Amino acid sequence: MRRIGVFVCWCGSNIAATVDVAAVVADAKVQPGVVFAQDYQYMCSEAGQNIIKDAIKEHQLTGIVVCSCSPRMHEATFRKAAAAAGLNPYMVEIANVREHCSWIHKDKEAGTEKARVLMRAAVAKVMLNVPLKAGESRVVKRALVIGGGIAGIQTALDIADAGFQVDIVEKNATIGGRMAQLDKTFPTLDCSSCILTPKMVEAKASENIRLITYAEVEEVGGFVGDFKVKIRKKARFVKEDVCTGCGLCMAKCPSKKGLNEFNMGLNNRPAIYIPFAQAIPNVAVIDKTQCIKLNTGKCGLCEKVCTAKAIDYTMQDEFIEEEYGAIVMATGFRPIDASKFDEYSYSTCKDVVTSLELERIMNAAGPTGGVLLRPSDGKHPHSVVFVQCVGSRDVSGRGKPYCSKICCMYTAKHAMLIRDKYPDVDVHVFYIDVRTPGKNFDEFYRRAAEQYDVDYIKGQVGKVWEEDGHLVVRGVDLISNEQVILNADMVVLATAIEPDPTARKVANMLTASIDTNDFITEAHPKLRPVESPTAGIFLSGVCQGPKDIPETVSQAGAAASKVIGLLCKDKLTTNPCVARSDELLCNGCSCCEKVCPYGAISYDTHLINDHGVKETRRVALVNEALCQGCGACTVVCPSGAMDLKGFSNKQIMAEVEAICL
Amino acid sequence: MPVNENVNADNGSAAEAQATETKQWKPRIVAFCCNWCSYAGADLAGSSRLSYPAEIKIIRVPCSCRVNPTFILKAFERGADGVIICGCHPGDCHYSTGNYYARRRMALLFSMLDYIGVERGRTRVEWVSAAEGARFSQVMNDFAKKISELGENVKVGDLRCRQ
Amino acid sequence: MRLPEAEIAAVVKQISGSDVKKCMKCGKCSATCPAYGEMRFHPHQFVTMVARGRVDELLKDETVARCLSCFACVERCPRGVEPANVVAAIRVIAEREQGGSNFVPDEVPGLIEADGEIPQQALVSAFRRYRK
Repeated sequence: MRRIGVFVCWCGSNIAATVDVAAVVADAKVQPGVVFAQDYQYMCSEAGQNIIKDAIKEHQLTGIVVCSCSPRMHEATFRKAAAAAGLNPYMVEIANVREHCSWIHKDKEAGTEKARVLMRAAVAKVMLNVPLKAGESRVVKRALVIGGGIAGIQTALDIADAGFQVDIVEKNATIGGRMAQLDKTFPTLDCSSCILTPKMVEAKASENIRLITYAEVEEVGGFVGDFKVKIRKKARFVKEDVCTGCGLCMAKCPSKKGLNEFNMGLNNRPAIYIPFAQAIPNVAVIDKTQCIKLNTGKCGLCEKVCTAKAIDYTMQDEFIEEEYGAIVMATGFRPIDASKFDEYSYSTCKDVVTSLELERIMNAAGPTGGVLLRPSDGKHPHSVVFVQCVGSRDVSGRGKPYCSKICCMYTAKHAMLIRDKYPDVDVHVFYIDVRTPGKNFDEFYRRAAEQYDVDYIKGQVGKVWEEDGHLVVRGVDLISNEQVILNADMVVLATAIEPDPTARKVANMLTASIDTNDFITEAHPKLRPVESPTAGIFLSGVCQGPKDIPETVSQAGAAASKVIGLLCKDKLTTNPCVARSDELLCNGCSCCEKVCPYGAISYDTHLINDHGVKETRRVALVNEALCQGCGACTVVCPSGAMDLKGFSNKQIMAEVEAICL
Repeated sequence: MPVNENVNADNGSAAEAQATETKQWKPRIVAFCCNWCSYAGADLAGSSRLSYPAEIKIIRVPCSCRVNPTFILKAFERGADGVIICGCHPGDCHYSTGNYYARRRMALLFSMLDYIGVERGRTRVEWVSAAEGARFSQVMNDFAKKISELGENVKVGDLRCRQ
Repeated sequence: MRLPEAEIAAVVKQISGSDVKKCMKCGKCSATCPAYGEMRFHPHQFVTMVARGRVDELLKDETVARCLSCFACVERCPRGVEPANVVAAIRVIAEREQGGSNFVPDEVPGLIEADGEIPQQALVSAFRRYRK
């Protein structure tokens, strides 16, 4: 005999404003099996949970339905409350009457009616629930961080600091990421390298951190606590443990026409190169598309000059297979391609540069040695125009619909630095809005305008073209309501940032959700911002959304603390909502095995007592540790032997019937 | 804008008649949403207050591949006017391949349903990610509109049982 | 005949197919406009004024005739507002409001029978400008 309790939450006015909670309670009371129903203002509060606990004890409830917010929000809360009162936590069902009802319907009558139906469906389902017991799985005490920028480095350092092993997989030949390319950082104007390189060194020196550079994640299997990852370590053609980083090979290499990626292609590098002086590991790498020896078999100069005998032209990609308890995504970003905006003439005028290119030009280790020079003729510019929101807040399809968040501040930084170093240079900034929410951010921007005389113009640029050896910028000043035409020596485009293109591939391997802009979705936008909905996957840095360095570092630390919390556990409770085969119905056809994405189904031949008939049969067996509970097998089973606990055929059928009543 | 008032007046009474008719008949629509993408997308539609008709009721399933064709047959047998299955975008399935199974199964099922008199418009498979609250609402509004146009569904059932 | 003030914005939207509320006031339309200097009201103002229901002022102004319909603003607007189409819509409304200066359908056969030399294009545009 089932004894069901129904609890209807007001959620303040969030539910009660559009759902007549009293009517839902009244309706619940007359449902078959329901012996108790009550409403309360906040069911998730301590007092609300106590109502549930008391009712379970007092009325000997065998199952409860909570009509409240989404189960993604508070299912765990109410399961815990039920367990505390001695009820099996899986005898709890949630009717989502907030996100799926009260918040989207304005008409109270319609809202109440829908809430009733949702309540009835949940009651119908809970009537068929059976107590489930969660199993246990192991936790591998090692974490993987994908991406070796500031986000990945900080996360790895924090995890390592807690005493756990961490591997960083970085696709480039060195760690450091985008931050290594920056000159100064806002709003303090710290030198970027000065604050990043010590962290890079620390990561290399840490006993708990293994750096796997020039490598990419190839395959991911397993689940939280027990991931199995295959990593491809691309052939470097230089033995990492032998190379001393002396750089002699770079000087001797005759193939010097490779675009220097670190300097955003503003100058060239040899085919064998160390990405930048502070690279970690400080080891050369050969660009195989550019190397003469690898393409023609002739040359071999670098091998001859290498005193350490580190060059190996026969090197092949290697594979590393490792187990991890947790995985952190820190795949970062790149600027979008500015050549899509032909009105800014980026691809036709050399003096139109992106902000990241300017960053390299301003950097002492950059192509101009830190001197601001026009790329076209190497002359000193006298007027620089900055264009903000190039591709940000753009729904036309050429750009990105979101605000890239960092551009206002780095543009103010660039403008200020130029005015500081070269007071003879006029600086104009075209902006739509200047967005400076952040500690000391607005003060910084105002300093640029007030102390450094940077000319901020409210409006956009419509066209940039070249005329008589200089650039002409046509924009609009919306405040004075006039079109302005400026002569400029350089134009700097604050291009939008987008997630690194590898993010989607990695997210797919990790089965982490991804949004329409290819940012990784967090488990909850407010309460679980560094976790992916997929257990055991954590997010660090811009892969989750645009953010600046301080935000990235704090998120990296937050992700690390979540990883540490996970790795500290010896066992994890597994999801008991897994498939189960009824051996009396199973005919051993192997249909389920074929569709199982986890290889969780195997077959066993043993003696079965089928209602008195003893027979030896081949039947399916589900490995509960491997099964993730997707239910693919339940649908293909021709004899209906396979069912999913927690979402059984009968339960879903009952819901369908309740809804269609 | 030039408006022909006569035409409008004619339409008015017809629309009114239709309105009273739709008042009596309310479509019943069942939406199966996978826990990882579409259900979360529906949650986001809710927290973004993006409305869609109250006639749509959502059933949570772990994955779109959990939706057994019999659930859909049962829904139509019980008088549902439309059934929509929402899963993760192809390639984004939490279980890697579940939505592909769902897509194939439903393609077969829907053509069979069409054959037995449940029009194609009453069944649909859509991909909605967890971040696409707006898309969820738009898909649901669109589907509900389609169902309203198609009108009341003929109950699917065993004719022998009806006699 | 003059349309009521309240309806005009909706009519502009219907004719132009563009939603002025999408405008984020970046001014790129005006920055890009080659006829900027010729206009009293600039492309971004057109959009804002339509959004605020100040269509009357635009209808009276000759700026509507200054737009070159080069569609540079449509091409470059990051929000898909299509200012040139808004201007074109205002122009269409202005033409419709000219009322008596256009053909009415009953006159058309007479015109053709009288001298049969009316160019086809003139006929077509007469019908386009004809208001019910």
